[in-house]
Amino acid sequence: MSETTSLLASGHRACAGCGAAIAVRQVLEAAGPNTICVNATGCLEVTTTPYPQTAWRVPWIHVAFENAAAVASGIEAAYKALRAKGAIPKDKKPNVIAFAGDGGTFDIGLQALSGMLERGHNVLYVCYDNEAYMNTGIQRSSSTPFGAATTTSPAGKVIPGEMRKKKPIALIAAAHDIPYVATASIAFPADLKRKVKKALEVEGPSFLHILAPCPTGWRFGTEKTVEIARLAVETGVFVLYEITNENPLRPIVTKKIKDRKPVEEYLKLQGRFRHLFKPVKRQDIIDKIQEEVDRKCKLFGVDED
Amino acid sequence: MKIEPGGAIKEPGSSVAYKTGGWRTFKPVIDAEKCISCWICVGFCPDAAIKKTEKGKPPIIDYDYCKGCGICANECPKNAIEMIFEEK
Amino acid sequence: MMRIVKGNEAAAIAAKLAKPDVVAAYPITPSTDFPEKIAEYVANGELPHTQFIPVESEHSAMSACIGASAAGARACTATSSQGLELMHEMLFIASGMRLPIVLYNANRALSAPINIWCDHQDSISARDTGWIQFYGENNQEALDLMLMSFRIAEDPRVLLPAMTCIDAFICTHTFEPVDIPSQEEVDAFLPPYKPTHVKLDPDEPMTLGPFGVPEYYQEMRYAQHLAMKNAEKVIDEVFEDFERRFGRKYSKVSPYMVEDAEIVLITLGSVSGTTKEFIDKMRKEGKKIGMVKLTVLRPFPFRELIPLIKNARVVATLERNISLGYGGAIYADLAGTLINEEKRPLLIDFILGLGGRDITFNDLEEIVKVCEKLIRGERMERPVWIGVKKELVT
Repeated sequence: MSETTSLLASGHRACAGCGAAIAVRQVLEAAGPNTICVNATGCLEVTTTPYPQTAWRVPWIHVAFENAAAVASGIEAAYKALRAKGAIPKDKKPNVIAFAGDGGTFDIGLQALSGMLERGHNVLYVCYDNEAYMNTGIQRSSSTPFGAATTTSPAGKVIPGEMRKKKPIALIAAAHDIPYVATASIAFPADLKRKVKKALEVEGPSFLHILAPCPTGWRFGTEKTVEIARLAVETGVFVLYEITNENPLRPIVTKKIKDRKPVEEYLKLQGRFRHLFKPVKRQDIIDKIQEEVDRKCKLFGVDED
Repeated sequence: MKIEPGGAIKEPGSSVAYKTGGWRTFKPVIDAEKCISCWICVGFCPDAAIKKTEKGKPPIIDYDYCKGCGICANECPKNAIEMIFEEK
Repeated sequence: MMRIVKGNEAAAIAAKLAKPDVVAAYPITPSTDFPEKIAEYVANGELPHTQFIPVESEHSAMSACIGASAAGARACTATSSQGLELMHEMLFIASGMRLPIVLYNANRALSAPINIWCDHQDSISARDTGWIQFYGENNQEALDLMLMSFRIAEDPRVLLPAMTCIDAFICTHTFEPVDIPSQEEVDAFLPPYKPTHVKLDPDEPMTLGPFGVPEYYQEMRYAQHLAMKNAEKVIDEVFEDFERRFGRKYSKVSPYMVEDAEIVLITLGSVSGTTKEFIDKMRKEGKKIGMVKLTVLRPFPFRELIPLIKNARVVATLERNISLGYGGAIYADLAGTLINEEKRPLLIDFILGLGGRDITFNDLEEIVKVCEKLIRGERMERPVWIGVKKELVT
């Protein structure tokens, strides 16, 4: 995958070390050029299309923040109609992929997503999750994990950061009983690409939740983006799984973890969790996070025996 | 330049006109001796600023676009990439 | 072929004749018949290629239409009142992205308080969105204007979305005889949609909806302004072509008895029919009253309207809407034009018929009385509310 073939061209204005950019490059490499992209408002959209330049080498449309799934539904239906009336060849079936951040998916975009999934449109919805409204300056979203500091869930004297749990978006998507749901991490590109290909193969809606760490918002050195995406999986904070028609509504872990690392190793590398270590170590919160991760790993069956 | 209706951009990948290489403070330098042509760095670059070459050769970094994030250096299994402070 | 249909069905029939590729719609009283009819046509195989998307909200309805239109499909939808408001941000976007989407709006009052009956507040509050706006008087106009909307919107000189507004219940649910053209006639009038300016096609990758930085935003808006100006000409052309083919004449403005009129009433929608009969009555009584019905509100027909009204003593706008703190919308649109005319009538707005309140001859007589007072030199506060049971409030 060189510069000239990358479907996301160089020159885009994403931050150095942007996890979302890595995620998109990996998705597009698996999807190929026969792809139409819909993009919700957010970091990805803004940094890749400053008029009159675009980093996209595939057809791409941005409409608004909360409706990527609805726009994708319209495009998918349009192609069905145009094929049916013979305006385009019957075998012209580009992939339709909707890209949205956690903002445009978990929160403001949830309704449109639910509608698209329920109606069964043949669209792959990819959520690149950087766990806050990053483009507008790092405000919390329902994806922001317990204990993380954002500008609207700051670590204050009384409340130490976000005290709510992360919304289980992939499970919500799966509850719509769609053919394919998966979680992926940019640190495991082969796994991610395999999942993209599988999602695009199924007829009907598919959902891919990708953890895309953000050096700017999570506050770590730009070189650590992939490392942190790996640690998230190795500590059990982010579970890699699939939910498919073979096992409806049951997550099957795609990467079991041997000797799962303690969450502290993941937390201590990120400035958004700094308040858990300085000025005084909040072992109580770290323990709570560990407890929750342990509970989740047991539930999903993450640990390799 | 004429503005298309709705601001449609008809030239794909035209962002290459903007050289993000000017952003960096540190620049990656590959030690060809250590490189094993695994291309892991090529896959992880957010900016497609490393190009795959051929087996036995190291990848080529496009310094016009490299933002100096250091992911390539951090991920290289052979520590073949070093981030050097760049004098302007 | 003559059929007795309600307004909603007339609009749905027009959409059917236009052979849309995608109809994404959410039901809302009183426009629900439109998506129901489309669903029926599709289920019965009468629209074999059309994709009907039963979206989960009006916001998604316009979003899906935008996606479909951008992909090269002919897309349309229908809504009313709260639904039009919910898709408000998307209306601007559809226009800004230059997508010729057609919308059928049943003019219904806005909450709060919630009310399902006729007034114009919904589409009036959307007149800044960059959409072409048509207002129909009756069910025939509902069908005809819907058909023409497609042709005008898709014209390469225009490429702006268009809405046809029809009065809730008064037209949407009233059965009237409507002359329905044949599919062949419509096919000759309205060719298939073949966009050249936008497409989402891997063979020709384009980026649509980019980040419009300050250096270029103003120019993009200006391009829309030029398109809206072109629409003025294209609308006339299409009206003319329509008359030639279907025998029914449409104009941006339709005057009645204005030549010697001292008082001219400006109307929008179904009240035009009532007003016309009222003027006949007034004329029998020797009063010099006339009217102008507006069929097009955007682009505002300044040029056509001024010569018709400038010689009157008083021009009264009948407003089924109000911008609280200012007054009526037609008044506002008109006042801005008349102010620069050397010879200009007095202008006054009347608020009436809100929330489905019927407009009767009594109301119109009251309007005439007020206008006569103005002619006699009396001045009064505007806007003037007609038919309000003030004793319930004050």
